[in-house]
Amino acid sequence: MSTADTLGRTSSSTPVSKPSRKSPNRAVGVDAVAHTLLSLWSLLVLLPLLWVLLSSFKTSKEILADPLGWPKSFHWRNYVNAWNGSSVGHYFLNTVIVVGCSLVIVMALGAMCAYVLARFRFFGNRIIYYLMLSALTFPIFLAIVPLFFILKGFGVLNTLQGLIITYVAFALPFTVFFLHSFFKTLPTEVYEAAEVDGAGEWRTFFQVMLPMARPGMASVAIFNFLGLWNQFLLPVALNTNPDRYVLTQGMDAYQSQSGYAVDYGGLFAAVVITVLPVLVVYLIFQRQLRGNITTGAVK
Amino acid sequence: MASSVTASADRPSRPVGRRHGRRRRWTFDRISFFVVFIGIPLALFIIFVISPFVQAIYYSLTDWHGFTAGKNFVGWRNYRQLFHDSNFRKSVRNSIELGLVVPFVTIVLALTLSTFVTVGGSGAGRLGGLRRSNVYRVVSFFPYCIPAIVIGIIWSQVYDPGNGILNSVLTGIGLHRFENYAWLGDSSTAMPASMFAIIWGFVGFYMVLFIAAIRGVDADVFEAARIDGAGRMRTALSITIPLIRDTIQTAYIYLGIAALDSFVYMAALNPNGGPQNSTLTMSQDLFITAFKQGEYGYATAMGVMLAVVTLVFAALVFIVNYVTGGRDKGAKK
Repeated sequence: MSTADTLGRTSSSTPVSKPSRKSPNRAVGVDAVAHTLLSLWSLLVLLPLLWVLLSSFKTSKEILADPLGWPKSFHWRNYVNAWNGSSVGHYFLNTVIVVGCSLVIVMALGAMCAYVLARFRFFGNRIIYYLMLSALTFPIFLAIVPLFFILKGFGVLNTLQGLIITYVAFALPFTVFFLHSFFKTLPTEVYEAAEVDGAGEWRTFFQVMLPMARPGMASVAIFNFLGLWNQFLLPVALNTNPDRYVLTQGMDAYQSQSGYAVDYGGLFAAVVITVLPVLVVYLIFQRQLRGNITTGAVK
Repeated sequence: MASSVTASADRPSRPVGRRHGRRRRWTFDRISFFVVFIGIPLALFIIFVISPFVQAIYYSLTDWHGFTAGKNFVGWRNYRQLFHDSNFRKSVRNSIELGLVVPFVTIVLALTLSTFVTVGGSGAGRLGGLRRSNVYRVVSFFPYCIPAIVIGIIWSQVYDPGNGILNSVLTGIGLHRFENYAWLGDSSTAMPASMFAIIWGFVGFYMVLFIAAIRGVDADVFEAARIDGAGRMRTALSITIPLIRDTIQTAYIYLGIAALDSFVYMAALNPNGGPQNSTLTMSQDLFITAFKQGEYGYATAMGVMLAVVTLVFAALVFIVNYVTGGRDKGAKK
């Protein structure tokens, strides 16, 4: 057992010493193929992005004359134009407000709901759980028309509040579904201990159970953030006032408008403004994200 | 120890417990706890998620035009009309095409790349994995951080006939017939080009997912396969894929749902359905019918059809997995 373990673990560093039928040369060959294919795909991912970044510093005239060329001088004006003139800055602020509020609310409500569903048995528990599960598979498109009139009925159509409520409601099933399995795994002894110490249900949740669920909360929050930040259909259908556009909507409007005005440089700058913050956040948190996915899969 | 854990697992809900007599009484703490913790999320969920779905089925049986007048119950008329609507039939075909091609290609690509990352590495042992492969994983995940609409915008610029990078590169290496070629404006290339943009956006995420799944497989299994003399290809096909079957199934269903929708990508690539409606999807047709033409009853009928197609797709994936998986389990016994 232990010898097999050590063999396996050292095998990657000392390929010759273990009883492999493959020659080291062949293994190196496979490595080369793997590196080549993976680099090719990475290149395919990076090239369009780098081209967008490069083009964002060029004037529209330069882009039209030579799409691949290096900019003559870095044209920062594109960014100013996109941020102010095309109100990308304004859309950015709207998005931050909507996504920020929705995220906080959905994480709180989702954790509460998942906790109750995972730790308490009562009539209807399973029904609620499966209802949430089925909502995950139904296309939002089926709901979009009635939703429009429901929001209208509440008087929150075309408002940021209306958008926040809708975001929360539609992110809830996913949040509950994932946190449910997380709360299930927390040890019961802790709950018992809190109970013996005289903590009520509220205190037990907020001071004992919730802090223990922090790793699960973190990864669900990251996925919710990305999902809500990228949401397009809900705002396009339910939030049609250009003053309250979120970033994805604004980008869409920008593109269809720039088809006539042809401010390509500004469009590319707007794309960079939209993509860069999320990419930077991902690069900072990618280690943690990987850790969470992996531990989740191992269990 | 073990028995005490199982016993206590359901204690909170059990009304009797000598030590915890205080708990079972409906104190203010407990009542308010349940009202807030399950009541508020449930109310939101029912009002904004469940009720629209249910209402949609009713709307689809009416001739509702939204703001004016009331709605008349017309039974199956909308559905019968859908069968004779050539635009809609085209859009169903396009959506099904997307639902078949996009998940398949994405999963094959993601599985291949993740296999190279995990099973590669000098020596046939799996534990090492490919060295210095972290950068590929991080870079491939980038598109997942980009809003779908922006992916659509980036690719519509890449495909741009005059100033897109694709045609510049192709003419640069001497393929002059691609000068000013409109990838999204030609009905023969519009769909494949759109599909590629969508796949480009998905592969990285599923690659990361599969890497995690493969790393989760017990290392001894790979060690045993190696000792038995299985090569890398053999290991990938007969060990890795069967063992992460459930992850692949989940991925297939999620990708299928996303591909059947595809609304966002198409909104940026070809907002009006493309040349000869070659990229018109059910979701786009629905959106135009509802919010541009105001035919809400008819549009929700489309929504019901979209849901039916989605559920049939999910059921098919389950059935295929069950049939092939069932045989596997039988063989092991």
